[in-house]
Amino acid sequence: MPALKRTPLFAFNQQHGARFVDFGGWEMPVQYRSILEEHRVVRQRAGLFDVSHMGEIEVTGPEAMRFLDRLVTNDVSTLFPGRVLYSTMCQSDGGVVDDLIIYCRGAQDFLVCVNASNTDKDAAWFAEHAAGFDCRVRNVSDDFALLALQGPAAQAIIQPLTSADLGALKYYHCAPGTVAGAECLIARTGYTGENGYELFCRPDEAERLAEALLAAGQPHGLELAGLGARDSLRLEAGYPLYGHEISAEIGPLQAGLGWVVKLGKAGGFIGCEALRAQQAAGLPSWIVFFKTGDRRILRAGTPVTDASGAVVGEVRSGTFSPVLNEAIGSALVNTGASELSVDVRGTAIKLTPVRPPFVPLPAKN
Amino acid sequence: MPVPSDCKYAKSHEWAKLLPDGTVLVGITDYAQNSLGDITYVQLPKVGAVLAAGEGFGVVESVKAASDLYAPFAGTVVEINEALNAAPETVNREPQTGGWMLKLRPANAAEFDGLLSAAEYEKLIG
Repeated sequence: MPALKRTPLFAFNQQHGARFVDFGGWEMPVQYRSILEEHRVVRQRAGLFDVSHMGEIEVTGPEAMRFLDRLVTNDVSTLFPGRVLYSTMCQSDGGVVDDLIIYCRGAQDFLVCVNASNTDKDAAWFAEHAAGFDCRVRNVSDDFALLALQGPAAQAIIQPLTSADLGALKYYHCAPGTVAGAECLIARTGYTGENGYELFCRPDEAERLAEALLAAGQPHGLELAGLGARDSLRLEAGYPLYGHEISAEIGPLQAGLGWVVKLGKAGGFIGCEALRAQQAAGLPSWIVFFKTGDRRILRAGTPVTDASGAVVGEVRSGTFSPVLNEAIGSALVNTGASELSVDVRGTAIKLTPVRPPFVPLPAKN
Repeated sequence: MPVPSDCKYAKSHEWAKLLPDGTVLVGITDYAQNSLGDITYVQLPKVGAVLAAGEGFGVVESVKAASDLYAPFAGTVVEINEALNAAPETVNREPQTGGWMLKLRPANAAEFDGLLSAAEYEKLIG
């Protein structure tokens, strides 16, 4: 097995008591103190995440926008410098290659943030499909560290460290700016459901930036938060995770991501025909988010049955919501299946479908 | 946290504390709760259940995984810690006091005596 990769903040994380896990080939902080506590801190105050494992692919040139518009399911032609877009990227059969966030830095300059475990696959996919377009694709993952500062106090913590006007930076927008002396791309994005920022910076400036943020956040109750809290926060918000709610086998329409699939987009996109056909024929299965009214966590892969006892799907994500104090999750089930339940060590746990988010989230504008 | 010396220990990371009335409190060690992480659910047997040594008596679930609990010696369950239903995180906070799980009446006192001492357990967890 190849050695695990480490982020530029590995030593910083170690010094701050992180417990590490292998996450997609990266040695990542899963928690610093307690996953449940870190989760609550992000909902109530603010949490700082090292998410430098995320991949970055740069697409530049006269046809960069046209290429990306062909590559992903959402409408890239709506982007302008400073605008950010979430999208899925599909195979020709409609299965998902990855989900990603496109940061428009200039009319011919896009930074695409992708899942860590998919970075190499995605970079190859980009390169393969860029043929014939007047643009340049580069995997620039090693050029960036990424810090996410999320929670109600995020703006108050960062504003004193930057001359950028954070109040003017709207949700899903980005701007270049200096934060605590580090050159950053400041983005109003995140994966927690809270208001917050993601700061792309140079790897050699990451530790100084993280220390400055942590110090500035101390009076606001900021704490470090690991991937454990990141996962329960994203599930509470109803955000998909690649390999769980979306995958090569689970398309975006099945995952309830129809809002990022522009089937009528001029010129189409890879997977467009398959997704159109799927929509016309009806979805064979779909993702249902659920709560349980029980503390027992339903683990991914556990079969889901209907009232007759027939297996109609499986759990795809499961965690404990520290806000609701019950187990929540998602399942891929046959379309229309109802009265769902899961057996946990001999006890039938009933699944109550929930339209996410599971908890009230702040307005983002 | 040092391993409390007033308890005996099983290799499967349960502690056992002999009470004056001859019954024994059983729970999981600080080392065990620390490895599991945030505990969200504890499943315990019914009062009156008869357990064999090494028999699974319940399950402790953390955000990460579900793990079986094993009886450190044979005995009858005379009490369970009902408070863990609503507050399983007590096992994280106070693993060897408030986080106790079972009170067992040992079938055979020698079995309890044969468990690891605090020093032996400390060596086991290195």
